Amino acid sequence: MSNTMKTLAVAGAVAAALVGQTTTASAQAKEKCYGVSLAGQNDCAAGPGTTCAGTSTVDYQGNAWTLVDAGTCAEIDLPDGRIGSLEALDRDLPS
Amino acid sequence: MTVSQSAFRSALLDGAEPVPDGLIDGLKRPAGRRYNVYRNNVAVSLTEALREGFPVVTKLLGQQNMDGLAGLFLRAHPPQSPLMMFYGASFPAFVAQMPQLQHLGYLGDVARLELALRSSYHAADTAPIDPATLGSLTPKALMAARLTLAPAVRHLRSIWPVHSLWRFNTEPGAPKPKPQAEDVVILRPEFDPMPHLLPAGGGAFIDALRTGATLGAAHDAALAETPQFDLTPVLALLIDGGAICALN
Repeated sequence: MSNTMKTLAVAGAVAAALVGQTTTASAQAKEKCYGVSLAGQNDCAAGPGTTCAGTSTVDYQGNAWTLVDAGTCAEIDLPDGRIGSLEALDRDLPS
Repeated sequence: MTVSQSAFRSALLDGAEPVPDGLIDGLKRPAGRRYNVYRNNVAVSLTEALREGFPVVTKLLGQQNMDGLAGLFLRAHPPQSPLMMFYGASFPAFVAQMPQLQHLGYLGDVARLELALRSSYHAADTAPIDPATLGSLTPKALMAARLTLAPAVRHLRSIWPVHSLWRFNTEPGAPKPKPQAEDVVILRPEFDPMPHLLPAGGGAFIDALRTGATLGAAHDAALAETPQFDLTPVLALLIDGGAICALN
């Protein structure tokens, strides 16, 4: 490839990546969704020595959150008519 | 207590070492059995830290094997820092050189990926550049531009299907890993780091960016390794993942 060709290839790739960006960015946006995690499965990659990962002790704990695709939080099907929430909930708290 | 700190510590990680002399309880009675309880707790809590830090390795080995491996590791590599969130940094290399694990050649790279995810999580926050800035450059300026990657970005190159192995063991219903080399980039656009499979040549491209190569030179480096290298999906991945935090 000549230098001119390479320059055009890079400029073209940047342009193409930016075009795709506007559509995929909104699709990938995440939001914290409270009250949908199964016990011990709430998201967190902090690892040992932290109290963050897997600390919810009851299923669908209202103040434990997991990341879900933006806009889908309230649509997640949960048993017994529960609904996920973008705010912490006071239901299903560990006793 | 009439025992020195070094005597107390030296027997801590070796159950065969005798209980240090001079340990007494509140009534000045010998308290050797308490030392054994303490010594056991140290090993158990470090084992738990390794299990928590390397959940996929634990799953691949089974918990019993993982606990045995952790026992060997924690005695050879006791913590260098009281911050447990960083414990296990030398675990991937330890796993990779274990003669008993040579039949699981990929295990060291899976451990590397898990460690990289954890270090990405704890890396500093930065705001990504506005992607439109890239679009505003002339083709010539783009070739000469240097991209700075965010502190939370990690990448690793493996001769094993390390990304597929990780997915298969963390995501219900993920496809079975195929025998292939895989390069992975870890991006943390919001709160949690996620590993992404890089297209062929992507690993060489990011390697070059990391050494300060211009966009043009990094593109060349990727083409040299993979003649059919396509820059678009790699750039789209980096932009979407908020991975570019400066442009000079």
